[in-house]
Formats: sequence, structure tokens, C-alpha cells
Amino acid sequence: MAANPARKREVKSTTCYMCACRCGINVTVEDGEVRFIQGNPEHPINKGVLCAKGASGIMKQYSPARLTKPLRRKAGAERGASEFEEISWEEAFSTISERLQHIRETDPRKFAFYTGRDQMQALTGLFAKQFGTPNYAAHGGFCSVNMAAGLIYTIGGSFWEFGGPDLERSRLFVMLGTAEDHHSNPMKIELAKFKRNGGKFIAINPVRSGYAAIADEWIPIKPGTDGALLLAIIHEMIALGLYDRDFLRQYTNSPDLVNVDESSDDFGLFLRSDKKIEESCIDPDNKMWWDRHQDRAVHAHSSEADPRLMGEFEMEQGKVKPAFQLLKERVEEYTPEWAEGITGIPAQTIRRLAHEMGITARDETIELPIPWTDAWGREHESITGNPVSFHAMRGLAAHSNGFQTIRALGILMTILGTIDRPGGFRHKAPFPRPIPPCAKPPKSPDAVQPGAPLEGMPLGFPASPEDLFVDDQGEPVRLDKGFSWEYPLSVHGLMHNAITNAWRGDPYPIDTLLLFMSNMAWNSSMNTTGVREMLVDKNDDGEYKIPFLVVCDAFHSETIAFADIVLPDTSYLERHDAMSMLDRPISEFEGPVDSVRVPVVPPMGDSKPFQDVLVELGTRLKLPRFLNLDGTRKFKDYKDLVINYETEPGSGIGFLAGWRGKGGEKFMRGEPNPNQWEMYAKNNCVYQHKLPRSFQYMRNWNRGYLHWAQDHGLIRYTDPVNLHLYSEVLQRFRLAAEGKTAGRQPPDYLRERVRTHFDPLPFYSEPLETQAIDKDRYPLNAITQRPMAMYHSWDSQNAWLRQIHAHNYLFMSPRVGAQHGFDDGDWIWVESEHGKVRCMCRFSEAVEPGTVWTWNAIGKASGAWALDSDANESKKGFLLNHLISEEIPAKPGEHRFSNSDPITGQAAWYDLRVRVYKADANEAKETSPQFEPQPRVPGMEPARGKWQAFVRGLSK
Amino acid sequence: MTQLALVIDLNTCVGCHACVTSCKEWNTSGEAGPMVDRNPYGADPTGTFFNRVQTFEVGEYPSTQTIHFPKSCLHCEDPPCVPVCPTGASYKRPEDGIVLVDYDKCIGCEYCSWACPYGAREIDEQQKVMKKCTLCVDRLYDESLPEAERKPVCVLSCPTSARIYGDIHDPESEASRAINAASGYQLMPEWGTQPANHYLPRRKVNIAVHEEDLQRVDNPLRKEDRGQRAPTTRTTLDDSTSW
Repeated sequence: MAANPARKREVKSTTCYMCACRCGINVTVEDGEVRFIQGNPEHPINKGVLCAKGASGIMKQYSPARLTKPLRRKAGAERGASEFEEISWEEAFSTISERLQHIRETDPRKFAFYTGRDQMQALTGLFAKQFGTPNYAAHGGFCSVNMAAGLIYTIGGSFWEFGGPDLERSRLFVMLGTAEDHHSNPMKIELAKFKRNGGKFIAINPVRSGYAAIADEWIPIKPGTDGALLLAIIHEMIALGLYDRDFLRQYTNSPDLVNVDESSDDFGLFLRSDKKIEESCIDPDNKMWWDRHQDRAVHAHSSEADPRLMGEFEMEQGKVKPAFQLLKERVEEYTPEWAEGITGIPAQTIRRLAHEMGITARDETIELPIPWTDAWGREHESITGNPVSFHAMRGLAAHSNGFQTIRALGILMTILGTIDRPGGFRHKAPFPRPIPPCAKPPKSPDAVQPGAPLEGMPLGFPASPEDLFVDDQGEPVRLDKGFSWEYPLSVHGLMHNAITNAWRGDPYPIDTLLLFMSNMAWNSSMNTTGVREMLVDKNDDGEYKIPFLVVCDAFHSETIAFADIVLPDTSYLERHDAMSMLDRPISEFEGPVDSVRVPVVPPMGDSKPFQDVLVELGTRLKLPRFLNLDGTRKFKDYKDLVINYETEPGSGIGFLAGWRGKGGEKFMRGEPNPNQWEMYAKNNCVYQHKLPRSFQYMRNWNRGYLHWAQDHGLIRYTDPVNLHLYSEVLQRFRLAAEGKTAGRQPPDYLRERVRTHFDPLPFYSEPLETQAIDKDRYPLNAITQRPMAMYHSWDSQNAWLRQIHAHNYLFMSPRVGAQHGFDDGDWIWVESEHGKVRCMCRFSEAVEPGTVWTWNAIGKASGAWALDSDANESKKGFLLNHLISEEIPAKPGEHRFSNSDPITGQAAWYDLRVRVYKADANEAKETSPQFEPQPRVPGMEPARGKWQAFVRGLSK
Repeated sequence: MTQLALVIDLNTCVGCHACVTSCKEWNTSGEAGPMVDRNPYGADPTGTFFNRVQTFEVGEYPSTQTIHFPKSCLHCEDPPCVPVCPTGASYKRPEDGIVLVDYDKCIGCEYCSWACPYGAREIDEQQKVMKKCTLCVDRLYDESLPEAERKPVCVLSCPTSARIYGDIHDPESEASRAINAASGYQLMPEWGTQPANHYLPRRKVNIAVHEEDLQRVDNPLRKEDRGQRAPTTRTTLDDSTSW
């Protein structure tokens, strides 16, 4: 049964985009249509495997929800009614660029640009900066910025594409708060091997789904309490001496002496020696230790010294303590018994977890015969490691206490001695980076000038109050209030604030909102119903409060209905893309890796890749980086930009790291190579560089690696990146709030909030929403889990995937049903302080009894995604988002805070508290709320019928 | 005699459904297709799938087990779906033991689905013939494919390598070794069907903790002991006895 030789068949390599994992795929095209998509065995990410979503790409490519024509809301039509007319691309470009031109010349802040789960920040960020607007962010603030920031501010890296567990060598793997994640197939591959090698896998999650099903031990935990668990484990490990002292003393700030004189303005800051140090964005090496041998203070990292980690000492400057002593004092009260009451986990189990981690780390050490030299010049004969590893995700991040919880996780990983060591956690290029990384947001409103690029990066990593993006009154410059005293370390922005703030005109109204790949009128918002109303709300003069809305998407999403202009994006099989070192590459532990997508089939209809749209708009707006010096157009299209763009003229650093230089002979840094795309295409669309083995570990302190990274344009400084067990960065904000600094201080109404939360050591606190509502009225925690067969709202238009998840239930323990008098499968109401939703319940023993949960984003609005108006997704599917307020309940006159972590602005959607009760027998057997069916728009195929039998080549 | 089969490892299956849709996309445009869908964009979509994954729970909280359970035709050595077929459409290949349906002969009477104790036989509602897993027989012998890819696509795609393919009559095959090493078992052996597909059970790993491991020779707390202490302010015999 050989393949029919009469068919015209082509197999092309590219990169999947059914989620953000970026697996390599080989796509077989026969008779002009996609025949088969399989994993590319030669690709480092997935090594030939492919998940359910990747294997369903055909149904995404040929989905009836595809948008194929640029559209404009008809004159006189109400926004949200989906009354559109087709326009040409030229009309779309000129309409948008004229409007943006005017904004740029008068007040660039009036242009807000928010993107969703794209991987295009290298270009979108460039566009926003060149335009000059501060109002730009991608999805991170809504998603899991706490996970990124909490760990970056502790160990100089984080999970997913920044780093991860070395499962190849690990013996004990603990996965917290993870259901599915976009780091998907590699985790599956490695976890299976780990299990086959006899490692123990522990899953800590309120729900036992997905990965947790194959865990050796499932530890149910109450949502939002992981911080308590982690701090209690740290308590036990310090009490018993299960920490890695040698690692802590040399590679972290544990021994660094802290000023604990309460009367001092430098209280809580490190003692500085008289060593002369340049001002820079890295941690200066001028701290002090208390030497055990000489019983006195010495310079940190003095070669013969052995520092105390505990104790209190008197010095000229006053009382001092090593940072580790302060951690010990902090966790004194966080006993396993205390944590049991909060987490629901028995104290004995908490102790046992600490013992298993500590003993595995201490007794099963790995030693690799790899010599290396550290940043202080000492030569080591081998690289050692403690084989305990972790992975964590939104279950820890999406809470208002998430940053401190994740700091606690970073500290646990640190005291176990597992950072960038075999069997523990390993970084992926461009990480490790300084703590915090050098890029900073602008510092004042002056950075925003009409007709000029933004001064500074749109997003960055503040290290002190002087780095905040505020005006003289300490008030925010950004629309979403990012980098203000309300959310100082909001390193990924606050997309969930954008529409509410724009509607309310607080801090100011805007003119144009451009959304790309972001379903903010549905699952990418809290308070969905409210947001939909805000989008169509008008001023007294009859104008929309958000005057102009441009939406770019490949599919007929809920947000399309609210657009004034719709720009049809291509599918991932029809475009060029770069998984760039300048954004989120796909690096491996062994070294930097980046990749591309190349078109496999031509764009459908008049769809156009959004990147080409941005290049066109950037050129028309005459944004400087899009022009040659003589003012002529610099880039033909995105493909051209990727080859020829350099971060600075002559820097040699561009979007892609591989095959640079005239003949493709250089990597990381080199002149533009006109044949770069072809070289990637010939090499499985991926460029991988493997570092010498002696550069692959201990990179925070590895001289060889640090020099290599500087030579190749990854980092500016070769100083070691000592881990921040104690965060002096946070203490600086606290001191400002206490009025003890000469520099910037928060407005008075924010002092207490900043003072409380900017604690240099992690602490456990109840989520903010829980503190603000009636806990007894809303006794249940409500969360979501991400399914493996669907990614956000990306897949209901997919005929195959929707047969796996066409609608969702609210899962809960049978005890909840018994308590409230309803049965498995009954229609119920789930209600929060903010709203209520009617849905069906499903009993499960695989959930802790105080928690209810559902699959993320399965429910859809009627008629969206080219589904019939009575499809399961709208009639039986539901969104939990309707219940979540984007603001914390406030009394009249009180300041309204976003429902977010006060440190990073992370959307706290898992703080949701609800109650449940049975629906009346006479109520409609459908979910509530329901929305008016969303009509199809021009450029979409007519509705398909009862049967579909896809055979490539026959569907025309 | 060769008996090709799949071995499903329940110890690593995370229920991702890769096997489900890889099968669908390969077969819909292939010899065993098309894989029809009814109401593909409407209410209650349903369609032809050769492989399904069911997730079920065992036990009570907090000891609940969640099991992801893929199931497709088990290519029985004594398949009950074959003798009941009135037209001979349902047959087992002597050369490799794969059980197949000849769509040209099948009249869609569904008698085979009554005979199969595993629920592996489903009718394609539009084409009105029985369709089922073919073990990707159209790939196994296709020399235009690289040798490593002459396997069922569900096996190639599975991210946790939870699907092993091979000849269970060959004791040296990867499939036979896996069954042997992990005590692989057959479903419902009491039916006498001798299913060729086997399942590998869950294997649990524990860590033993001993008291001495917690006390430790190298305990770092020792390095925090300052040795010399300050004098005590409490009364001692030192101050009150003089003989």
C-alpha cells in the first residue's frame, strides 16, 4: 500500500503554533492541501512527538472560523452588532495610519497596544517604543508574571523557556500548581523518562488531573496557600540542618551582613565595605561576611574566610545579622502545624516532604567529571548537584500573594542547593541574567514626547523606586498603571486593567486600542460581562468611551464583534515567524536555541501576517527604525526585517541568532545574512548552539560562561549573579514607604500597602480578595485547570479538538453536593461577590473538598468561532471569568485597586471565592449568562452542514 | 507467527489525546478514511475515532487515583468480531494478526459491535460501515517512509512514549520485553479473546527516610555553634559554695 505516486506531495519543516511550546513539525502537503502534520524527529524541543493540538492543525487551517478579509464596522452600525463591510488592505492601512499619525503628533499615550499569547514581543515592543507610547504589554500580567518575576528576582531565571527541572538527572521531582503548560511536550518526554528511571514524582495541586494522575504522590492543597507550605518546609529544613551550606555561603547572599539597627535609615540594607564599586545594574561585590575563623567582619568572598550564616553581631555601624539568620527568624513561626491549619495538608506530611527533599539533596549528590572555573577565579575539578527539582505554574502565580509564594519556592530551591546544577534547576539562554535584569522602563512622563520614540524600554525590571514610571506626584504614566507605586514590579504590564482604565478615563482616556491575538472580550479578561459593556459604552456626546478599536486575529473570536476594524491574520502554516532570543526563544539547557516558521501553504483569502501589517504601519508612520537614514522605506516586509534589523546599527545582534555573517558563518552576533531564512529552512527551522560542557552549569558564577555570554551579546556584565535569598531590592521600596529614603516615596494612600508587601523575605498572607469578602458566605475556592487538548480559547473552531472538550462542568467533591442538596450532573448556580453563573456540576474525588474547578476557556459566546448558535460551547459551556472582578471590592470613596498582586500586578484570578446552590427545576437547562448570537462576518465561509469528512484535496 | 500489537503504559499516560487526533489526521485522508464528523460545528458533535482516551477515578479522596485510559481495537488473537460477520468483511490477517474491515463488503449491520466485549467497534454514521484501528497497516510496509516511521502514528506522536508497538510473539521485541518487565496485562481475559494489545500497570516509587539521615554527620548547624559563650547571669554553685 505505497503512497500514490500520482499525487503532488511535498514535506516541509516548520514550527507548530497550536500553543506556545514551539515543537518542530513536518507538514505533508498533497494536492495543495495539508495531508499530515507530524513531529520532526530532529527537532530539539519535541524530538518527533506531537500532542493532540499539534496533530489537529489541519482542522485549524481549514476551520470555517477563518477570517479572510479586512473589515470595517459599517457607518451607523452599533459596535458589537457585527455589522461589517469588506474593505481593501489599502483602506485599512490608510485609515489606521492616519489616525495613529495624529495621535503620535499630539499625545502618543492615546494609542494602547496590547497583545495576547503571541511570541512576537521583539517586533511589537519595537513598534510600541518607536511609536512612542508607554501603553504596551503582552499577556504576562494576566497570565503568570509572578512566576517570572518571583524567580527572576531571586535566582536570575525562571521556568518554561527561561529554565526548568533537569529531569534527566533528578531523583525527586515536585510539581506545584501545574495542570498543563505551554512547555508541554518536552515536559511529557522528560517526565516519562524520569519515571522510567525510578525517580519519585510528587504533584501538589488542589486537583488530580493531567500530569498529577501519574504522580507517585498527590498532595491536595487549598488554593493560594502554597506559600504556607513552602515556608513550613523551609522552617523544617533549617531546623534540622538539611540545607546546602557550601552552596549558600559561596553562591548566594545568605552570609551577607544586614543592618538590623531599627533606628537607622539603612535598616534592612546590606552593609557595604569600603571597596570601590562602579554604579551599574548588577549586584556590587562589596558586601560583608562575619568570618567564623577570625570572629570578625571581612569582605564577602574573601578567600580564606568561612562565614557564619546565623547569629547577631555588633559592629561600629550597629547591630548586624547574616541574611540567613533573618530567614531563620522569619520562618520560626511557620511550623508544619501552623501550615496544616492553612493548607489542609497534615503536619506529618509537610515534615516528611521536607525530609525527603533534604535527604535526597544531601545523600544522592551527583558529581560530573567536568572542570570549571568560578567567577572568583577558583578552579573546580567537577560539577556537583543535588537531584531535587521543581516545576510550578499558575497555581502559585495567579494569586495576590503569588510573588512572595514564588520567592519562597526560589528560596527553597536555593537552600537545597539546586540552582543551575545537575539534577536540579537549569537555566536556558539568555538566562541567567542579573537580579534584576538591566532593562528598565522609563522613569518619568518626559519619556513620552509627541513625534518621538519612547525613551527607554516599554517594559523592564525596576531595582528601586527611582526606576518607577511615575510623575512628580508619584502617579502612574501608563494606562494600566504599570510600574507605579500600585504595582511597582509589574514587569509584564497589566493587560487586565487596560479596558477598564480606558473606559473610566483613569488615569486618562485613550483614543485607539489595538488588540492582537487577545480575546479580551471573552476569556482574556476578568469581569467579562462588564468588559463587554465597557467596550460599547458611550459618553454623553454619543462617542464611544474607547473611540477606536482595531482587532487582529485569524479567527472569528468573541472580540471580533467589538472591532471597528478587523485585520485578518494568517494561520501559522502560512507565515514567517521568529522564536527570537530578543523575545522568548526555545533554548535548551545546553545552550541557546532559536527557531522560525516558514510558510507551508499560501495565505487563505486576503489574510496577511500581522508582522507584515506592523512593518507597513511602521513605515507609513515614519517610525525611525523602519526607515533608512535618507527617509526611505527600510524593510520590504517582516521576512526582510528579520534578516536586516539590528538592535543598534552595526551591533550584529538581530532577531535570529543562527547563520549570521555574510555567508552564515557566525552565530549570536554577526552581519545580516541575506540567505538566513533559507539556511534555517534547510535545518529543520531551528538553530541550536551547544556550549562546551564546562560552560553548561553554575552559569550564575561560571567565569567561562559569563565571558562567553558577554562576547556573544547576551549580557553586559561578567560579574557573578549571586542568588537573592534576601531581597534588598524589595527592602528599598519598603524604606521609601516608611519615609526613610531621600529619593522617591509613594503617595500617602499607598504607603501602608507598599510597606506591608515589599518585604525582603517571603511571608504568608491571605489573598487580598479573601480578606475583603465574607469568607463564610463564599466558602469555596474556584480555580481552573488547563486542558491538554485545548489552548486558551484557540480551539473551539477545530472540529476534532472540540469533540474532546465541547462544554465544561464545574467539578467538585460529592460532599459539596451532599451539603447543598444536589446530584452529579445537576444544574447549579455558582456565585461570587461579583456575579453568578449557571452551569452543570460533576462530582469528583480527585479534588480537595474546599475547591471547585473547571477547564479553562472552554465556554464560548453563542455564534462565535463559526459555531452554531446552539453549540454546546455556549449552551452548556461556561466561563468562570464572569465571576471574577478585575478590582478588589472597595468601599465608596476608597481607592480601587486591581484584583492583582500588589507587587507585580499579576491578575489574581485564582483568589476567586464562591458559593454553590441548586438551580430551580423550572429554570432553562442552559448556562447563564447567555449572549445574543454573534453573526458571521464577511469573508467567512458559509456555515458547514451536518457532515464533514475531511480528505485532503477534496474540500474545495 | 507474527502478532503485531500495541502496549499501552498506564504509568506514563497523561491523557493528552495525542494518539487520538494523530490517528484521526492520518486516517482521514488515508486508506481507512475518511474519518467522518457529524455536527462538526454544531450541537453535540460526534465523529469517527479509532482511539479514545477515557479518564476515570478510583477510590475516595484523598486517596483518589486518576487513570487516563486509551483504548482502541485490541487486535485479538481470537477476535469475536470475525466469525459473527455475515459478509466476511471483518477479517484477521494471517501474516501479522491485524484485524481489519473491508469497507466494500461491510453492510453496516453492527453485529460485530455486539460481539466485541471492549466496545472497540463503531459504525461510521455517514458511510454506514464499521471502521476501527488498522494499526496503520498502510504505514507499516510503505517503503517510501523512513524505516523509523513505519509505525502507527499514535506510537510516533505519543509524547510520554506510553505506546509501544511490536510483535508480541517475538520475545525479543520491545513490546514483549515491556510486557515482561512491567507485568503487562490483558483486558478482561475471561472473555477468551486473547487481546494482542496489553496494558502496563502503574508502578509507584517511594522514598525511605531514616532517622540517622536527618541527624547527619555533616550537619551544617554545627558550624553555627559559637563554642565560647558569654557568662550566665543566673545564680550557680560557683557563687554560693566555698568548701
